[in-house]
Amino acid sequence: MLLRHTPNEPSEREVLSINPAKTCQPIGAMYASLGIHGCLPQSHGSQGCCAYHRSMLTRHYKEPVMAGTSSFTEGASVFGGQANLVQAINNIFSLYDPEIIAVHTTCLSETIGDDIPAFVHQAEQKGFIPEGKKVIHANTPSFAGSHVTGYANMVKAMVQYLAEPSEEKGEYVNIVSGFIEPADMAEVKRIAGQMGVESILLPDTSGVLNTPQTGTHEMFPAGGVTIEELKKTGGAKKSLALGVTAAAPAADALQAKYSVPSMVLDLPIGIKATDRFVSALAETAGIDVPDIVTYERGQLVDVITDMEQYFYGKRVGLVGDPDQLVALTEFLVTLGMVPAYVVTGTPGKKFEKRIAELTEGLPTKVKAGGDLFLLHQWIKEEPVDLIIGNTYAKYIARDEDIPLIRHGFPIVDRIGHILFPTVGYKGGMRLVEKILDAILDRKDRDSSEESFELVM
Amino acid sequence: MAGTKESKLTPQELKEKLIEDFPPKMAKKRAKQIVVNKLDETGNPPEILSNARTIPGVITQRGCSYAGCKGVILGPVRDILTITHGPIGCGFYSWLTRRNQTDAGEDGTNFMTYALSTDMQEHDIVFGGEKKLQSAIREAYEIFKPKAIAVCSTCPVGLIGDDVHAVAREMKKELGINVFAFSCEGYKGVSQSAGHHIANNGIFTHVVGTEEKGEPGKFRINMLGEYNIGGDAFELERILEACGITLVSSFSGNATYDQFASAHTADLNTIMCHRSINYVAEMMETKYGIPWMKVNFIGAEATAKSLRKIAQYFEDPELIAKVEEVIAAEMPAVKEALDEARPLTEGKTAMLFVGGSRAHHYQELFSELGMKTVAAGYEFGHRDDYEGRNVIPTIKLDADSRNIEELEVENDPVKYSPRKTPEQIENLKAGGLTLSEYEGMMRDMEQDTLTIDDISQYETERLLTLYKPDIFCAGIKEKYAVQKHGIPLKQLHSYDYGGPYAGFKGAINFYRDIARMTTTPIWGLVTPPWKKANEVAEESAAA
Repeated sequence: MLLRHTPNEPSEREVLSINPAKTCQPIGAMYASLGIHGCLPQSHGSQGCCAYHRSMLTRHYKEPVMAGTSSFTEGASVFGGQANLVQAINNIFSLYDPEIIAVHTTCLSETIGDDIPAFVHQAEQKGFIPEGKKVIHANTPSFAGSHVTGYANMVKAMVQYLAEPSEEKGEYVNIVSGFIEPADMAEVKRIAGQMGVESILLPDTSGVLNTPQTGTHEMFPAGGVTIEELKKTGGAKKSLALGVTAAAPAADALQAKYSVPSMVLDLPIGIKATDRFVSALAETAGIDVPDIVTYERGQLVDVITDMEQYFYGKRVGLVGDPDQLVALTEFLVTLGMVPAYVVTGTPGKKFEKRIAELTEGLPTKVKAGGDLFLLHQWIKEEPVDLIIGNTYAKYIARDEDIPLIRHGFPIVDRIGHILFPTVGYKGGMRLVEKILDAILDRKDRDSSEESFELVM
Repeated sequence: MAGTKESKLTPQELKEKLIEDFPPKMAKKRAKQIVVNKLDETGNPPEILSNARTIPGVITQRGCSYAGCKGVILGPVRDILTITHGPIGCGFYSWLTRRNQTDAGEDGTNFMTYALSTDMQEHDIVFGGEKKLQSAIREAYEIFKPKAIAVCSTCPVGLIGDDVHAVAREMKKELGINVFAFSCEGYKGVSQSAGHHIANNGIFTHVVGTEEKGEPGKFRINMLGEYNIGGDAFELERILEACGITLVSSFSGNATYDQFASAHTADLNTIMCHRSINYVAEMMETKYGIPWMKVNFIGAEATAKSLRKIAQYFEDPELIAKVEEVIAAEMPAVKEALDEARPLTEGKTAMLFVGGSRAHHYQELFSELGMKTVAAGYEFGHRDDYEGRNVIPTIKLDADSRNIEELEVENDPVKYSPRKTPEQIENLKAGGLTLSEYEGMMRDMEQDTLTIDDISQYETERLLTLYKPDIFCAGIKEKYAVQKHGIPLKQLHSYDYGGPYAGFKGAINFYRDIARMTTTPIWGLVTPPWKKANEVAEESAAA
């Protein structure tokens, strides 16, 4: 048993976190920054933060993840990191020549209260920021929220720094992406393209963190939302925010500053959430949903009606990030499954309320600010048929002999998330296939000789 | 694409190419950290600047002190329950990511799959986190009932002034188990190396010497600086057992609390990773009278040599014979694997930028494969790891190294007992045995190769372009950037989830992995056929 010391009954805990279902803000900010074309993220803190974030993102994407650090020493921690950041900005532009540097803070620089805009201003005065290049920043204290909050803060910073006012609103929409995979971002763009809706996706890590092997390493791959596009977000017809936790803050900021109406949607995972996304796109653009989109939707519904019996009543334990869990929970309910346990490490009472609404009448336990240790103990009390979570959930899956579908961050032992989306109708098909594979493989393994089925 | 191609540039030109575009201040500093290997007339390598601050913004390989303490040193210990005191990130990132393997032993304890954190919130930063830490320790004890609890501090802890050591003392009293804390905040020192030092000092102070009953045996040693990546420790345990050598403790691959506690009862300290732990060996020699020697179990020949050194130290004919017997039994399989691999690897080139000893040790394996190491360097080594211990008296303390505590150690009034008399030591040395000595990496490298300390991404890119090596060794952060160049990267932190690479069986694994990596057909398919055709056409047109 890998988690042999986990007691069967939920343990009394007030302060101790065991096997977290979240990590800290800066890694989310670093990921978001990589979704700007030509951006080098800069971690303002000790070297270890940057090393840890780059390592974890690299394990997840199996791609180069480039970022600088302010390399705080004890001196910088006492006297502030001004000299370090100013020097870093100079060195980064001299050596790597990015279009933009996106600085995020850490618990260290937040604790000492470093004033990043003042430091950047100094770098500018010293002539360290070449003409036309940008430096933006987000405050991402690790002692509040989670990696999702850090992502949201950096995306918000992008529009706060770069969006420009526009007298007339354009015919395009902003799509603010939640904390999803590059493959998902590409799929969101594909759907908008299929519908003929002109859009700016921000951030956009597709083409940055899923690049081809060409025999050349590009420090700044072709993908990412450009600075020009980010400037234009202030003049969009509307912003669609995909996820209340990760995406809404940027859309709301655009509304507050430039009167771009903000519409907050769920991540388009599953039929209903994708329906809402597609409808919102159509409505915003004033068009009918094209047949090709309806066709893909029909394929997804079809495969579920074909296999509906295998989903029904199956109990699922979910662990991950709030926006994903909301959409997944809704989808599982659509499938006739029972989201028995829904745990996120990210704090937030609204999340608990939303899950409770989606699972009304079902025996669902939900926890925001929870951890994998709690999920495991719930499972020990009453088991589930399936777990959906990141790679760390595989220790529970193995100990309790329950199939696991990997979803969320980080996935460091499989590659599907790098290649294939789970958003949209196509993504729904992939999720359905994964769920069925997990359940039916288990059925094949466990059924008696006489009840072993050829056709399913 | 990878291909064996000697650079046309001289090493000095290569060095200049690496730094030519740097801002002047940076170029000046890096010039001292990039040196051409050339022994002077007295046989000494050139001086290299190391254990120096990383230049902000360069994109470094380095991590922090917390990573060195919690991840490297405490990570492989299965029965000390470690709590990270800080915001959630650090505990999360150091959770199971270093591939320290273990089972739960006969006592059934394995805490390595658990990440415990106080998950500090804004309130704790403002009002202090001591109470929270205290409660967390209490809760952890109630759930896990460990024999010891360690607390690792992250950056804000030192800044807000939480006295983790006072909390640990109080909880030790309350719970009746050993509780100790580490001030290993990420900003201490200039790299992981500071964290190794802080961790080892803590283990030495709070644990070593607290238990008199160590593993019984005739030839009793400690293995220092072996961290059981990918099961290395299991292979070494197997070999030592076959030789009849008893492993009293390991620092800290597959280690237990009791091993640390009884480490002072061993009769010899062997050091694998000189960087991370040489001071523990020195302190144990001073306090308990245990001599130490540098060993290297990376490489089959190096393993045989190290076993012979241990046997020579014990001056026991039976042990000497037994070691020879074990080597003789192991070598045929090694030779067979090498005979298969070497035709595929012979004449190829390697670069190693990793660790505080791995960049040195793994050159042995490449050399066994007939491969030349053309450039190497440490991520967090010090001058003695490069140039040898004889430079230690000339290493100047700076603002960063001054802050890392050096313990004052004296002969223990009760437990000090020299294992060898000064005459015996002299005789052993006269017989060719080197004790308390490490000659460093540079002396073992070929002349006119490059040594680069704390290499940056920029320099890595340049090196790859100017001098296409057949394989590059570093870590996960470098892996895919290097591979995008069409050059395979072998991770020497995680072994790419393979291994073990230590000992005889490890050498066999390594030969096979390197032969595979440098010949796997997929690298030949990076360029699509239509582009290949274009390239050929362009080349002939140019001709």
